[in-house]
Amino acid sequence: MTFELFLQHLINGISLGSLYALIAIGYTMVYGIVRLINFAHGDIIMLAAYFVFFGVGLFHMPWWLSALLSIVLTALVGMGIEKAAYKPLRDAPRISILISAIGVSFFLENFGIVVFGGRPQAFYSPKVFQGVIKLGNVSIINLGIIIPVITIILLMGLVYIVNNTRTGMAMRACSKDIDTAKLMGIDVDRIISFTFGLGSALAAVGGIMWGLKYPQLHPLIGIMPGLKCFIAAVVGGIGNIPGAMLGGFILGIGEILLVAFLPGLSGYRDAFAFIILILILLFRPTGILGEKVAEKV
Amino acid sequence: MMGLKSINRIFLSIAAIAVVFAFLIWAQGNLDAYKVRILNLCAINIILTLSLNLTNGFTGLFSLGTAGFMAVGAYVSALLTMSPEVKAMNFFMVPINPALAHLNAPFIVALILAGLISALVGFLIGAPVLKLKGDYLAIATLGFGEIISVIFTNTQTITNGALGLKGIPQYTNLYWSWGTAIVVILGLITLLNSSYGRAFKAIREDEIAAQAMGVNLFYHKVLSFSLSAFIAGIGGALLANLISTIDPTMFRFFLTYQILLMVVLGGMGSITGSCISAFIMTVIMELLRVVESPMNLGFINIPGIPGMRMVVFAVILIVVVLFMRQGIMGEKEITWDMLLRKGAGRHESSGS
Amino acid sequence: MSLLEVKNITIKFGGLTAVSDFSLSLEKGEIVGLIGPNGAGKTTAFNAITGIYRPVSGSVHFNGTDITGMLPDKITKLGIARTFQNIRLFSNLSVLENVLVAHHLRLKSSFAAAMMRLPGYLREENAMRKEALELLESVRLTKFANEKAGSLPYGQQRRLEIARALATHPRILLLDEPAAGMNPKESQELMEFIGEIRDEFDLSIFMIEHHMQVVMGVCERILVLDHGVTIAEGNPAEIQGNQKVIEAYLGVEMDA
Repeated sequence: MTFELFLQHLINGISLGSLYALIAIGYTMVYGIVRLINFAHGDIIMLAAYFVFFGVGLFHMPWWLSALLSIVLTALVGMGIEKAAYKPLRDAPRISILISAIGVSFFLENFGIVVFGGRPQAFYSPKVFQGVIKLGNVSIINLGIIIPVITIILLMGLVYIVNNTRTGMAMRACSKDIDTAKLMGIDVDRIISFTFGLGSALAAVGGIMWGLKYPQLHPLIGIMPGLKCFIAAVVGGIGNIPGAMLGGFILGIGEILLVAFLPGLSGYRDAFAFIILILILLFRPTGILGEKVAEKV
Repeated sequence: MMGLKSINRIFLSIAAIAVVFAFLIWAQGNLDAYKVRILNLCAINIILTLSLNLTNGFTGLFSLGTAGFMAVGAYVSALLTMSPEVKAMNFFMVPINPALAHLNAPFIVALILAGLISALVGFLIGAPVLKLKGDYLAIATLGFGEIISVIFTNTQTITNGALGLKGIPQYTNLYWSWGTAIVVILGLITLLNSSYGRAFKAIREDEIAAQAMGVNLFYHKVLSFSLSAFIAGIGGALLANLISTIDPTMFRFFLTYQILLMVVLGGMGSITGSCISAFIMTVIMELLRVVESPMNLGFINIPGIPGMRMVVFAVILIVVVLFMRQGIMGEKEITWDMLLRKGAGRHESSGS
Repeated sequence: MSLLEVKNITIKFGGLTAVSDFSLSLEKGEIVGLIGPNGAGKTTAFNAITGIYRPVSGSVHFNGTDITGMLPDKITKLGIARTFQNIRLFSNLSVLENVLVAHHLRLKSSFAAAMMRLPGYLREENAMRKEALELLESVRLTKFANEKAGSLPYGQQRRLEIARALATHPRILLLDEPAAGMNPKESQELMEFIGEIRDEFDLSIFMIEHHMQVVMGVCERILVLDHGVTIAEGNPAEIQGNQKVIEAYLGVEMDA
């Protein structure tokens, strides 16, 4: 393998890793605060892509407007799911809320099949994203640059919100100890709702870019990225935002390089993430950047 | 100690099983193929629901690997019961591994091997992942289920890959399916009333206390998990030999979620609950096929809505967990003692 | 050689030292108390002895065997049983089942034998039921045998937890605040009860207790822990007179 080829794969990996990172953050923020694996998070990605698809195809809106509306709508859906399916179970055993999340995910997937149809649809992709940049022997399509750039901008924004705003401080307080946060006068319901909205908005951006990168739309496209991004969040240390980014990049780059170096294993591409998950859970269950929490006896 | 009461109970159980079998003999001969198929599916779903309830409801291990174990059982049984000619016809893209080409076994052997190999896979998976708890265990087992499906898509010389297997002999009839279901039910009742079953339930109630009382967590968790895989493997085998066509995408998490719904609806930790809910849900799902197929009412044509059944399924799951978290039975069971008391119209509760 | 020999154990969580250099020797038949203000590391010391936490240094020997870092179930099997500060019964199991679970560790029949209900297994099952009922009788819980453990009143739950621990056939019993939440009459009964079971089951007892009346009444020797450090050891009279203890703990507690 030439160095150019390696570079080519690496850039591909970074671009996939950026998408994983964006989506993984939603998992990690929600888990950090309500200790729930939001199984429906992957399906949120699918919804976002479909919103753009219908905005452009059905309502003939400009592409950028559809994308913006999609992000807002997706955030609202995320908040709606929390209100309807998770909030009533906040004091229930954790297994109940997990089952509810599985139910919501299952619902969205099949709702997608009923409403959007089971056949794959072509996702509209504006010309700007399709141009090719040549750097010596390495050729990159614009999208391969745009995805990481947008991701980095959003992540910096997120880090700013979490570290420097009152809401961000409240989020951090809730993830440390939700009951104490409540006693300190923090409106926990609002913070949780905000977290779901923010996580879903980021996932929407991820979903739209996913659609641009793999322009085949289907009601089940969210499942695999959803599972993999959860794994990314665990690898980085669940509840830890920089960890989710790190995990996303590790998974994205690892997956692309695995296929590149060992094409014989390309059929096992989707299994790669799960093997990483098992390894990390066995050898460092708190993830790379996670803190150890001892169970009180 | 065998009191009059327990002799009564055994007698009643035998009588009930006899009644069930009398019905099955009648049904196998008199009902049409479609109804027989539904009854078969009921029994298979009872088996699968009990398998998942053993880990999730009785041992407190939230596992989502059922579909993967079913896949193992289904393929083992399919490869053991298909004739060499049918196999040759199936494997036209990539030839079958010669070791498997002429393998053949009677159905009973195929079923048992399906269970054993599935249990072995369960053991190999369980040993590392059962250190995990709660939702981590859920996602890890879900992941393993998915990996099994990915592996089966890629091992073409053994599984015929994505093409799947067609023409699996339809050995599963009401005797096999309900016979197995009854054996599984009786087996679970025996297990859960034994010292081992109490250890399982203790782990569910409080892992730390169970360990402090001398219960070896690893041993009992792996035991429960492997047993669950054993039962799911047999369920998968019965299914393969009923529907005669299988492929790896059948056995993905969609399938596990359906069984999870039956467990939750029946009540996590109730055998009778699982049986009732598996039966009801199987019938409801069949009735709902109507909404998915186009209807011609003579004057108007209503187009079918594919996928609608699963939407209903998902909604039921959410509604159950939101509004009736205990399901139909909670952790309670319907027992002979209970029925006898009701039947005799005596309402005072006797101590024993 | 003492029955239980804890030598200089230190337990850390991250950077925090919860217990440092804790030592104890417990003789056969002794009742020893462990007291100290909240957060002094008493339960942590218990957890290190019973295998829930692994000490970073030091060792625990039971009857000559090194049990440092052994799994809790192995330690229980060897003969150290415990109760929990915040009662940990199997709430949805019956009172009888709670005790039966604690018999499981001595079950010789294999899983297969239990599933086939072979005579050997049935004999064991009957024997453990008989013994469990006797045990419930001795803690006066027989009439609740078929009730759910979680539905018992608080004091009875405490007693059931002790019965459950006794069912493992321990030689040492570790009690974590057995009198917590009890009124004076109940604590008086508890003191007598602890003395009784020590004699009846030939036990050594090591207990954490805040209730001074109970500790002073029943313990032959007392250790005082403050901020993870053992600040005093002696018989009740010595402890009551110890200046350090009064400063760290008793002075405040006795006034209250």
